[in-house]
Amino acid sequence: MIGRFSFARLGAMVRKEFIQVRRDRLTFAMMIGIPVVQLALFGFAINSDPKHLPTAVVVEDHSAFSRSLLASMQASDYFDLVETHARIDAAQGMLRDGDVQFLLTIPTDFARTLVRGERPALLLEADASDPAATSNALAVLDPLVRSAMTAELRGPLASLATASAPFEWNVHRLYNPEGITQYNIVPGLMGVILTMTMIIMTALGVTREIERGTMENLLAMPVRPLEVLIGKILPYVLVGYVQVLVILLASHYVFAVPIVGSLAWLVICVLVFIVANLTVGITFSSIARNQTQAMQMGFFFFLPTILLSGFMFPFRGMPHWAQMLGEILPLTHFLRLVRGIMLKGYGVAESWPNLWPLMVFTAVVLAIGLKRYRQTLD
Amino acid sequence: MSTANDSWAIEVKGLSKSFGAKRVVDQLDLQVRRGEIFGFLGPNGSGKTTSIRMLCGLLTPDAGRGQCLGYDILSDSARIKREVGYMTQRFSFYEDLSIRENLEFVAAVYRMPRQRTVVDEALRELGLSDRQKQLAGSLSGGWKQRMALAACLLHRPKLLLLDEPTAGVDPSARRDFWAEIHRLAASGITVLVSTHYMDEAERCHRLAYLAYGKLLAQGSPTELVTTSGLSTWTVIGGDIDRLQHELLQLSASEQVVPFGNSLHVSSADGAELERQLQSYFERPDLRWTRDQVRLEDVFIHLMRGAADNYAEGAAR
Ligand SMILES: Nc1ncnc2c1ncn2[C@@H]1O[C@H](COP(=O)(O)OP(=O)(O)O)[C@@H](O)[C@H]1O
Ligand SMILES: [Mg+2]
Repeated sequence: MIGRFSFARLGAMVRKEFIQVRRDRLTFAMMIGIPVVQLALFGFAINSDPKHLPTAVVVEDHSAFSRSLLASMQASDYFDLVETHARIDAAQGMLRDGDVQFLLTIPTDFARTLVRGERPALLLEADASDPAATSNALAVLDPLVRSAMTAELRGPLASLATASAPFEWNVHRLYNPEGITQYNIVPGLMGVILTMTMIIMTALGVTREIERGTMENLLAMPVRPLEVLIGKILPYVLVGYVQVLVILLASHYVFAVPIVGSLAWLVICVLVFIVANLTVGITFSSIARNQTQAMQMGFFFFLPTILLSGFMFPFRGMPHWAQMLGEILPLTHFLRLVRGIMLKGYGVAESWPNLWPLMVFTAVVLAIGLKRYRQTLD
Repeated sequence: MSTANDSWAIEVKGLSKSFGAKRVVDQLDLQVRRGEIFGFLGPNGSGKTTSIRMLCGLLTPDAGRGQCLGYDILSDSARIKREVGYMTQRFSFYEDLSIRENLEFVAAVYRMPRQRTVVDEALRELGLSDRQKQLAGSLSGGWKQRMALAACLLHRPKLLLLDEPTAGVDPSARRDFWAEIHRLAASGITVLVSTHYMDEAERCHRLAYLAYGKLLAQGSPTELVTTSGLSTWTVIGGDIDRLQHELLQLSASEQVVPFGNSLHVSSADGAELERQLQSYFERPDLRWTRDQVRLEDVFIHLMRGAADNYAEGAAR
């Protein structure tokens, strides 16, 4: 009777924590502030219209067309032509080293094949680690090429210029084979923001009681560890949902990200992810001796989460060991879930492979937290 | 389940606790009768808080055993927690919760029946009904202490552990507080209260004196005075400062303490003190009277002995 879990005591804990969360201005500021700031930062990066991007051109076709294209690229302020007659290997080195963002190759006999109506291809190699820039570059380049072309295609050939596609684009996105676009980034941001705020908020939960001296009183009362830990988690589920709401509204109205799948299903999957992160935070909190330690653990967890989950770098591009680590992290699975649901319309069956790892993770972490929760002041 | 001797509310033997290399409580034996007010005295850092925490299961003793309300302190702390009210030295209720919310939390955690009524009654008794929405953090020291006591009593404990409840509380509030403690004891609740105020020591039924983690004496105030074997003289008149200096030189005088314009001289060896004071007794400007030994003299006497032992122990 004494050792058993009591919903009445859990209720008391939840009520108490809820009142405290409500009165804590910092929590409130974090709840709204972090999503807004992060969305603004990333959103700005996504929406920004970059200019003067360093570009190299390899000209293998010495024709009037090439000269005219180069001239108009030079005139456009989107590109900064660093090298106009580069050798192919040297230019590729520049791209690799990050000296240029784009490498445009005009292949041998481009103009001639164009005139013959054989639909030649222009090769654009892009450093797509800044994914938004690549699609913009195409949007700028395409009309430039077309106008340079019209000068070439005169008289009887004029009909070719107006044809739908007298040439092809051959685009190589380097360093970002998955081609992450803003559609991917905004849902991903939801995961990053939730990870950050949920862990930080709960990581302070138990240590705050210790530092304020209220832990002594709490321990002197007949509350069970599980009741304390769950009681400290539940109010933040609501906080998490407020953030989700802010992000979803922003992604819909500001970034126009479509939601292909079911919103209800998304909300359920988000719950699993929120609980996973809250559990991490509360476990850190019961391991740490003070708030500083709890914060350090939080950041220690946050760093690999950002780096290895596929948010920052494409997951399949990472070395095997990093992928193994990444598979443990909740954000990895959540990114697949949220992108899957929002962009590809995942249902229950498609989501399951990424849902159960989150649940297992939560159970294991909670067990560690319970084991490490100190029931005395020793 | 109860032990053989039901008249003890607390009975522990050989309780010890170290933090690192430092032995904070050393072989503590304690016996507290049901229904009595038991004073726990000792200077700061003598291990009072640590001992109390071991009694209610907040710290695990390194050695020793015992029972509290008939429950084993090592294996049954969950039961002890339900029947004990522990008021911590530092205010440890939630400052960002209102008075009422704090009491409601306590009532719910103890799963009390009729929680709303219980809280209402407690607030009325406290005289805080109209301030129940005020945050606990905004209360003054005296009110915090009263709120904490009310919260500790909410679940009708059989034993109250009060850790320096009156530290930093003004004299009249202290008097009210002690009146309340006596009322509680009269209603059958056992009270263990730590303090370092001497006047409070006198109000306890029995006392334990702790220094450097060791129990130096245990008994009723009169027992402590008698067993100390101290004799005290009071003197009025003359140049008090000079007299104090002179009397301190005497080998038999242990304590020479000024009180207003009188001096208090005490010694463990009364006969020898009288012999050495003979010449002073004959001085016409001084008026000597045989005085009652006070608890304070006893504790200072005990402390000296302990300090000597401690220094010896450290030197060895
Ligand atoms: N958690 C702890 N860790 C290390 N030392 C402690 C701890 N708690 C108490 N102490 C030390 O133990 C000694 C006794 O402390 P305490 O029991 O609080 O004494 P009291 O209550 O009589 O003032 C002090 O010297 C204190 O510094
Ligand atoms: Mg203390």
